[in-house]
Amino acid sequence: MKYLDEFGDPDRARRLVAEIHAATTRPWSVMEVCGGQTHAILRHGIDQLLPAEIELVHGPGCPVCVTPLEMIDRALLIAARPEVTFCSFGDMLRVPGSAGDLFTVKAAGGDVRVVYSPLDAVAIAEAEPDREVVFFGVGFETTAPANAMAVVQAHDRGLANFSVLASHVLVPPAIEALMASGTSRVDGFLAAGHVCTVMGTHQYAPLAARYRVPIVVTGFEPLDVLDGIRRCVVQLEAGRAEVENAYPRAVTAEGNQPAQEVLASVFEVCDRPWRGIGTIPASGWRLRAEYADHDAERRFDVGAFVVEEPAACRAGEVLQGLIKPDECEAFGATCTPRTPLGATMVSSEGACAAYFRYRRSGSPAALRGG
Amino acid sequence: MCLGIPGKILAIRDDRGTPMATADFGGVTKDVCLAYVPEAEVGDYTIVHAGFAITRLDEAAALETLAMMDELGVIDEELGGESEGSAP
Repeated sequence: MKYLDEFGDPDRARRLVAEIHAATTRPWSVMEVCGGQTHAILRHGIDQLLPAEIELVHGPGCPVCVTPLEMIDRALLIAARPEVTFCSFGDMLRVPGSAGDLFTVKAAGGDVRVVYSPLDAVAIAEAEPDREVVFFGVGFETTAPANAMAVVQAHDRGLANFSVLASHVLVPPAIEALMASGTSRVDGFLAAGHVCTVMGTHQYAPLAARYRVPIVVTGFEPLDVLDGIRRCVVQLEAGRAEVENAYPRAVTAEGNQPAQEVLASVFEVCDRPWRGIGTIPASGWRLRAEYADHDAERRFDVGAFVVEEPAACRAGEVLQGLIKPDECEAFGATCTPRTPLGATMVSSEGACAAYFRYRRSGSPAALRGG
Repeated sequence: MCLGIPGKILAIRDDRGTPMATADFGGVTKDVCLAYVPEAEVGDYTIVHAGFAITRLDEAAALETLAMMDELGVIDEELGGESEGSAP
């Protein structure tokens, strides 16, 4: 099978696939939480290698996708101000707000810059003291330590012209919300490896126990994903529901302690709306009061406003694993990566973009032959 | 942004109390903050997210990952290329 040759170690891939087939006796739905894993699955056709009984459900773990529309609108308002230099990771620029995106603002003369690290934005604030430099601090627990350090550095260096529009989201409360909703079809989870590199694995044990779901911490390479699925299926078949670390080369039980200390000093837990899903209690981080001077929401007074998401976009259902991207009527028709209705079609980690990118040329069999 | 990318530490310097490194990502060199992996040394591989090392990684695993990312052409993407850059 030509396909397996792409796995770096085809023999190991073959073995993992065989073990998954041998272990599976019943239908199971497994959700990969992270958008990076969704892309690995579609790029390598992992779903096509599995027994028909195993359904992979794509989860909400794409920060670009779940950043709420109102936060994008705040970003657009701030970025359009003449005194502001607005810095962001590249894939936030095309996420549609209620009217336009950050590229639109840039095209209209706004000073919008793509940075690789939030520290680049701090350096801009230092070099250009006459500019109000704002960094768009999105992301899960993986990215939050970088954004937290930017705030600490700006604070320590007395950079009064640096602020962060913080919109962080957290994985465990999202899993909790999915399982508590009562509509979830998920039997087991592949947890996001690098989130656990930062936070450790201890937050997941209560979830595994309460909802009787195995949670397997999984990496991002195709072999990692196959091994995560294998371990999840073995647990499900045995009636176990435990937290298991399938990514020990990058994840320890306790996580990254220095990062956790800085996170705790800069951020506090808050309720957070997730795009397409709604508000999930205690699912985000915002800046602590000690860092209020660096909070862009306060500084630019972009208060609460109600915004409506496009009715045609079913990203919320996609993000909760209730439908697959190609079950949406707009998919590939009125909604494409060039004309996205929702963020799941924009982001390089979004499930809709992954489906569009890897499946648009036809059936999986055609891809396999390629 | 969530994938992260293994980088090899080429040099370490102090920037006003913050340990910073120059790291090589399959031929591309970038600045990396070592505040969260202060024990890292020159020659070590680390997984880097948004310019920050979040853990060390052994060389064999790092080289395997880099080879795969290179083959898939996603290194630029992970390093924040403007066209399709990466967030978290």
